[in-house]
Amino acid sequence: MKARAFAYARPRTLDDAHAAFAAAEGDASYISGGQSLVPALAMRLQAPQVLVDLAGIEALRGVRLEGDWLRIGALTRHADALTDPLIRAHAPLLSAAAPFVAHPAIRNRGTLGGSVALADPASEFPAMMLAMGAEMEIFGPEGLRRVPADDYFQDLYQTAIVPGEILVALHVPVVGPRRCWAFDELARRRGDYAMVGGGILAERDGGRIGALRIAFFSVGPTPMRARAAEAVLTGRVPDADAIADAQRALDADIDPLDDEEVPAPMRRHLARVLLGRLVRKLEIA
Amino acid sequence: MNMMASGLVPLNLTVNGAPVGRMVAPRTTLADFLRTELELTATHVGCEMGACGACLVLLDGAPVHSCLVFAVQLEGAQVETVEGLVARGAIAGLQSAFHERNALQCGFCTPGMLVNAHALLERGGVPDRAEIRDALSGNYCRCTGYEAIVDAIEAAARAAQGSGR
Ligand SMILES: Cc1cc2nc3c(=O)[nH]c(=O)nc-3n(C[C@H](O)[C@H](O)[C@H](O)COP(=O)(O)OP(=O)(O)OC[C@H]3O[C@@H](n4cnc5c(N)ncnc54)[C@H](O)[C@@H]3O)c2cc1C
Ligand code: FES
Ligand code: FES
Repeated sequence: MKARAFAYARPRTLDDAHAAFAAAEGDASYISGGQSLVPALAMRLQAPQVLVDLAGIEALRGVRLEGDWLRIGALTRHADALTDPLIRAHAPLLSAAAPFVAHPAIRNRGTLGGSVALADPASEFPAMMLAMGAEMEIFGPEGLRRVPADDYFQDLYQTAIVPGEILVALHVPVVGPRRCWAFDELARRRGDYAMVGGGILAERDGGRIGALRIAFFSVGPTPMRARAAEAVLTGRVPDADAIADAQRALDADIDPLDDEEVPAPMRRHLARVLLGRLVRKLEIA
Repeated sequence: MNMMASGLVPLNLTVNGAPVGRMVAPRTTLADFLRTELELTATHVGCEMGACGACLVLLDGAPVHSCLVFAVQLEGAQVETVEGLVARGAIAGLQSAFHERNALQCGFCTPGMLVNAHALLERGGVPDRAEIRDALSGNYCRCTGYEAIVDAIEAAARAAQGSGR
């Protein structure tokens, strides 16, 4: 399995990358870490004329604090989510999710931007963008714009990015001292895509759950926010009753695909189990 | 139309410590570049989709799948293959532990296992068996059942520790 022949460009700026993409008249692909794209090219699911490598663009690099937001450049690697002190301190859900993303060698190469641009509904990081209330910075024809995660994920592999646009950075609201979080997933084997997974970011409110965001993955065509479960849990002490109520509410939040390996009712059941585990993991006290 | 001709592209990088300059077709993976262009055939190619781990090499010091990287992406990069690790004696301990513990049968997976095990031991200390299994979670072996491989890596880590490395 080999990729079809293509021309290769390695621009230094966003403008040049955009121009290279445009010159190919709809027959180009951007490449970041390549950990999803290269297999797709090898299997000829895609066969672009031009590959535009984003690796040389400085604007896509770096992790830094900007006021109350953490800016994570799109080219930041999965492995950095485990080690970068700013990500560990201010976006702990990403650090918690990272060990579950593929295998160590893939994490050395895959990028957070690539994962969020691809928006695989079974992927960990896109769902965590939703749980964290992140904003995606996108370079388009009118320059840079920021799209909140709630508006960014639109349908299966469909995001607010239109072809030719570039995901520049992920902006994550920094976690304050009253925040707590939980991440978990259920997979058949280590490193496999999860049957279901999710994360919670919550405010502590004197032993009760304050404002919170819950996001699941592998439970529908996009990463999904569990708004009904959020509403049930807000203001509650996270006891067995609260968890049972939230588990009932969760049914309305998710839309699992019916596939042969994991039928939809099983995914619904696993999502309930996972929600219980996540809430119990929250350090609300 | 195309902003560049889809011919060969000049590529300069360092492989096993030596500078390499070639013209390459953009669709050539690093795995194919190493094997066919440089005749470094220790790096094996199994699935060509990141699933089996036979093709692992060190790229700027970190293990990556050479089947999931195009050579043209590596201008200025440092690549080290199993041949390089052997030549500089970096995996002598692992090699003898694999030998002593019978940690291979057909040997197809072994180069990838060695690259990954080397990266794991570079972190220092003696990893526990769960850590070893986790590190190898992307490496398939169709022969051994992994037990002997985990034994060998654990033994090599202990030996390195004992010798004060
Ligand atoms: C064996 C294996 C197991 C895996 N397991 C998991 C897993 O468990 N969980 C998981 O989440 N992922 C998994 N992955 C996917 C992996 O994490 C990828 O790294 C990731 O999904 C894509 O990131 P990338 O940087 O490699 O993107 P690429 O492969 O380079 O690109 C992916 C797509 O996004 C586009 N793109 C990339 N960057 C940008 C950008 N900045 N702006 C606009 N478009 C862009 C590309 O054109 C392409 O369409 C696995 C991959 C393999 C091979
Ligand atoms: S050949 Fe690269 S992982 Fe199988
Ligand atoms: S020894 Fe044969 S595949 Fe591992």
